[in-house]
Amino acid sequence: MNLFRSLAFAVVALLAAAAPAHAEVRVDVNRGRAAPLPIAITNFAGDPAGADIARVITNDLAGSGLFKPLDPASFIQTPEQIQQKGVEYAAWKPLNVPALVTGQVVPSGDGRIRVEFRLHDVFAGASSASGGQIIGTAFTTAPQNWRRTAHIIADTIYKQLTGESGYFDTRVVYVAESGPGERRIKRLAIMDYDGENARYLTDGSQLVLTPRFSPTAAEVTYMAFGNGKPRVFLFNVDTQKRELLADLPQMTFSPRFSPDGNSVVFSMSENGQTDIYVMDLRSRQIRQLTQTPSIDTSPSYSPDGSKIVFESDRGGTQQLYVMSATGGPANRISFGDGRYAGPVWSPRGDLIAFTKQQGGQFFIGVMKPDGSGERLITQAFHVEGPTWAPNGRVLMYFKERPGPRGKTARLYTIDVTGQNEREVLTQSDASDPAWSGLLP
Amino acid sequence: MWKTSFAVLALVLVLGGCSSKKDSATDSTSTTGAGGVGSGIDRGAVGPGTQADLVANVGDRVFFELDRSDITQEGRATLGRQAEWLKKYSNVSITIEGHADERGTREYNLALGERRATAVKNYLVANGIPSSRIQTVSFGKERPAVLGSDEASWAQNRRGVTVVGGPSS
Repeated sequence: MNLFRSLAFAVVALLAAAAPAHAEVRVDVNRGRAAPLPIAITNFAGDPAGADIARVITNDLAGSGLFKPLDPASFIQTPEQIQQKGVEYAAWKPLNVPALVTGQVVPSGDGRIRVEFRLHDVFAGASSASGGQIIGTAFTTAPQNWRRTAHIIADTIYKQLTGESGYFDTRVVYVAESGPGERRIKRLAIMDYDGENARYLTDGSQLVLTPRFSPTAAEVTYMAFGNGKPRVFLFNVDTQKRELLADLPQMTFSPRFSPDGNSVVFSMSENGQTDIYVMDLRSRQIRQLTQTPSIDTSPSYSPDGSKIVFESDRGGTQQLYVMSATGGPANRISFGDGRYAGPVWSPRGDLIAFTKQQGGQFFIGVMKPDGSGERLITQAFHVEGPTWAPNGRVLMYFKERPGPRGKTARLYTIDVTGQNEREVLTQSDASDPAWSGLLP
Repeated sequence: MWKTSFAVLALVLVLGGCSSKKDSATDSTSTTGAGGVGSGIDRGAVGPGTQADLVANVGDRVFFELDRSDITQEGRATLGRQAEWLKKYSNVSITIEGHADERGTREYNLALGERRATAVKNYLVANGIPSSRIQTVSFGKERPAVLGSDEASWAQNRRGVTVVGGPSS
């Protein structure tokens, strides 16, 4: 299970015969409803895993909404022909597909596999003697890492063609739900961003809520009810060791790591008042950051660690405020109709995502850190808890639907533009997703 | 005299049962039923000073308006009876569970549940119950009393529940 740690990829650039073609192929990630870029992704030659790798790359790129993988039935050359003779660009050109992905899987001799991939500019290749390879890379790794390798290749393609870093080699920690609504069983679970490789981290004997990753995704902080004492815990994903954040007599909840991973910010309630505190994980010292007779919760750091956005009902209803990461005065940034909750600062720093309630509906929205430019990107009877992909282009959240046998809860992703909403397939009901950064 | 020692014995048995039950992960002490005054259970059918006694003869819960944590007039009547009951059974310790309906966000509802539990506790303390006998816990929106996504269900789920001993989950 400790793929994280043992992965050790050896990565080598694969040079084309001549200088790489200039990338003419480009996707604009800021587009509204522009057509996705057609791309041909061939099965990787040389090993049965090659078809699986191509399938994962295809799902990643198609799922982003920015690419349109072609039906392999239309392909001009087989993977084996490409490996033997190279890409016949002139033959591919009539397909009108600008981008072509080829590759092969070969044993590296020490029990590992070498996965080679190349991205080609078909039009440039057809008009240039030097060929159309844009980029080529070889990864040497253990065979069981084929899926991560595919995600890393998809991230490489995404970055090359959009100019933005990708988000496919990532994980999501979330709450897996089962059982009747009055006594829901909630377990911590972790999966690849696309729903694969899901596994439980806790056994369901205690109610758990709101897991969030540390910056390296090696640790999770979350809230658990144990013996009637809801408290914030730390959980090491590799060792499975669980640790109480702080032995305080009051309820602690709503935890989140600082961007440097050295602190956890959280809420503590006492006598009907909820304030925000931060614990330095090395010194174990706790500092109080807010002190008002209100509910101050859901703190989230700016990516540079200098500020914290949080929600407070100090003005009467839930609204968003920004303060220095060391506390002090807070500026209200949300002023629209309705209630604003659960703010999460984008890893890019440019936007803050939130849950909004208005008129009996729930919304996921974004606004700039100064509160301007509010956009609501999805709405339903109940949507809640946005979390950012590491490139700040995609949000994941959960959606609840009332039903005859109680509510259902499912995870969805959506572009920050409001396009391309997709369900993340999970085996059970799921809520409270938190997206990791790109895996180390 | 005989009556008093019987009551004490019954209490010890019940509390003993509770504490061993609390250790179990699948403990399911039921407090989610319709409880309250006038549920028709004869006083003689339940052990005095027990949760069942509280539910049947006093009312174990108060309800809150949307996004509010102040005690309603009806709630004050219930808590007044609870205070008298707690004075009568002065060895009983309680936990106040604060709950919210599903129409709020998770973290806010945890804080709101704590606010409601505190409001119930403060009312009982103001009516003469030592705070050392009262613990509070919030379940936010995690443990609805009734399922259903309608106003009537939400009204029943915005509640403070008094539980003899530890919390019910």
